[in-house]
Amino acid sequence: MNDVFAVSAAPHIKQNISVSAVMWQVVLALMPALLIGIFFFGIQSLLLTLYAVVAAVSTEALIQRFRKVPVTISDGSAVVTGILIAFNINSSSPWWLPVIGAVFAIAIGKQIFGGLGFNIFNPALLGRAFMMASWPTLMTAGWKATTPMSNLFQSSINGLRNLPSNVPEVITSATPLGVVKALRDTTQISIDMANTVMDNLTSMNTLQDLFWGNIGGVIGEVSAAALLIGAAYLAWKHIIEWRIPVSYIGTVFVLTYIFGGINGLFSASILLPIFHILSGGLILGAFFMATDMVTSPVTKKGRLIFGLGCGFLTVVIRLIGGYPEGVSYSILLMNITVPLIDRYTTPKSFGEVKK
Amino acid sequence: MGLKTFPGGIHPHDFKDFSKDKKIEEMPLPQKVVIPLSQHIGAPSKPIVKVGDEVLAGQRIAEAGGFVSIPMHSSISGKVTKLAKFNHPTGILVQGIEITGDGEDRWVELTDDSNYMDLCAKDMKDRITAAGICGMGGAGFPTHVKLSPPEGKTIDTIILNGVECEPYLTADYRIMLEQAEDIIAGLKILMKTVDAKNGVIGIEANKPDAIKLFKKLLKNEKNIKVVGLQLKYPQGAEKQLIYAATKRKVPNKGGLPMDVNVVVQNVGTAIAVYEAVRYQKPLVERVITVSGRIVKEPKNIRARIGTIYSDLLEFCGSTTEDIGKVISGGPMMGFAMPSLETPMTKGSSGLLLFDMKEAHREKEDVCLRCGRCVDICPMYLVPSLIAHHVRNDDWNSAEKFGVMECMKCGSCAYVCPSHIKLIQWIDIGKIKVSENRQK
Repeated sequence: MNDVFAVSAAPHIKQNISVSAVMWQVVLALMPALLIGIFFFGIQSLLLTLYAVVAAVSTEALIQRFRKVPVTISDGSAVVTGILIAFNINSSSPWWLPVIGAVFAIAIGKQIFGGLGFNIFNPALLGRAFMMASWPTLMTAGWKATTPMSNLFQSSINGLRNLPSNVPEVITSATPLGVVKALRDTTQISIDMANTVMDNLTSMNTLQDLFWGNIGGVIGEVSAAALLIGAAYLAWKHIIEWRIPVSYIGTVFVLTYIFGGINGLFSASILLPIFHILSGGLILGAFFMATDMVTSPVTKKGRLIFGLGCGFLTVVIRLIGGYPEGVSYSILLMNITVPLIDRYTTPKSFGEVKK
Repeated sequence: MGLKTFPGGIHPHDFKDFSKDKKIEEMPLPQKVVIPLSQHIGAPSKPIVKVGDEVLAGQRIAEAGGFVSIPMHSSISGKVTKLAKFNHPTGILVQGIEITGDGEDRWVELTDDSNYMDLCAKDMKDRITAAGICGMGGAGFPTHVKLSPPEGKTIDTIILNGVECEPYLTADYRIMLEQAEDIIAGLKILMKTVDAKNGVIGIEANKPDAIKLFKKLLKNEKNIKVVGLQLKYPQGAEKQLIYAATKRKVPNKGGLPMDVNVVVQNVGTAIAVYEAVRYQKPLVERVITVSGRIVKEPKNIRARIGTIYSDLLEFCGSTTEDIGKVISGGPMMGFAMPSLETPMTKGSSGLLLFDMKEAHREKEDVCLRCGRCVDICPMYLVPSLIAHHVRNDDWNSAEKFGVMECMKCGSCAYVCPSHIKLIQWIDIGKIKVSENRQK
């Protein structure tokens, strides 16, 4: 027995996990939300998602061939980006919108930095920001439900159904967050009316619709419940970790409770923070985008700070800034701070002596 | 049962079913043994025999090479046939003494000191030192050094490590079931040598019968307790075990268990200590697990130190499939060996045989920065960043990020989705940083 055996550094056993396993599980976790999107907005949602995925994957393949590096499209990371791009547009968008968004996301958001693992920004969010800057009306208008299937349920916000007829159009045609924004602008609407609308928005009816997805909106953000099922799966599989979503959503909860009311500090109903959490892209952002491994801190404390920063910026944009929604910009801005956060949150090793 | 543990860690499949119910078997006398002169941390031992000398089992054949060193003894009777460099489980060549047996197993005279507990601490320590005992859990730190705290340091607790958190290994489990009284006797000796008031035996939850047995045997011992520990790797790492059992944290940056008044010894070491003090028997045999899916008959074997691994494997009926990898120790921290013609040492807890598929390693992908390694690191390090700095030859940053604090438990590499060889990088970092420190 004088064979020579292969040697390698320990450990000699390995958990059965790989980059592609991680990415494909994220894809799997996004499926409930996609199914709900198709259910409410029709087959168009699926087509737009497919366009985005095909565009993302082929862009990645092309650039990698051009760079003469191994083509890694089977790892599923471009698929995730494609799906997330589609999740950020509404179902009445033209086919080229998600395609351009996905190409930009992969080319400028990811490959230009060297590909997976090296990008600074979440590629899908960068793609969304690009689409938002280039076609703002396409990105924000037409949020209303568009298919007969969804009409069976609801085609408008429950909370706004029984309003007086003199409510300005800015309210009735806006997204829920757009409404909340407009309410704060006293030149558009009287205080009484603002209070009525606010009460309607924070009614249990509205919140339930927001939770189950019985509202208009972009393809992937429509149902908080569907997103949470996917998020729970990822948490169970240890692919996302609690710190970022919890500190992000927690911060939004606290800040909107304190500052969200239209009659001064602490004037909001306790249901308003819940409204803020369930509407817009917060659930999608907090669980699927802020948690993007490549563009979030690796340290535990860093993840808490990152979520806190995302939450703070989101609330600032929603309540004070020029847009009704701030999730994507908040996360993008916080992406920039990740190296800094990591540097200043390096943990003390076990057994650090207190001085 | 309130199970104790430490923060971090992983849950690998434990693969212990192969051998955990196999009673310890005596290995037939080997035809030859090779006694490496480095089986421990510290200076190599110095040979005091020459080729052609007749030796008895238990006869001293090498002196300690310094204070942090141990003497070596022949584990069989026979003739010294070679003084040369031989394979060592860690994969390097090490000076050793080859002894060809005469098949008679003639021993040096052993005593039976039934009043051994009346010996004074110093005499006990002298016998331990003379027996050439080092830690038998793997690291191989000379036991008498651990029992000699410098002036001003006191030891109040001896912890026996019966955790055996490495997958596959069951040698410690078997000795705990089959030699529990000897272990307890060893613990009492260890406590007396340093005047420690308390004794603790830490056992992982996957060995409930061992926990039960020790609880029963120690029913009337007020100052020795059995601590059941959560099933988690690396529960048996020294600092993690101390924390779980006593809530004390060994200071980082070079702190030792004695800094928190604790000494940890493996349960196997406790038996060696007992035999050294009572019978003045040197450490010339130990129990080792031979296991793996392809091993025909996985076993726990009591074998003489220096037995060649290929003989051990043959005793287990060899393998049913081609061998892909041979590991000395456990799969998490053990060493892959290029050859089975390698002697087992005092620290050899296992011999594992992997098939080609089990030996297969994926190639490294880029770091996703997922932070899984950070989440589980029991030393609170950021393994991915340490590896990153080592890869970039940035030794200062590697040091700043705690490369020297790493105990190489391998948990990070185990969970890494990118298959990054974190321990390999960290090992390189450790070597480079210590080179720089010596400059």
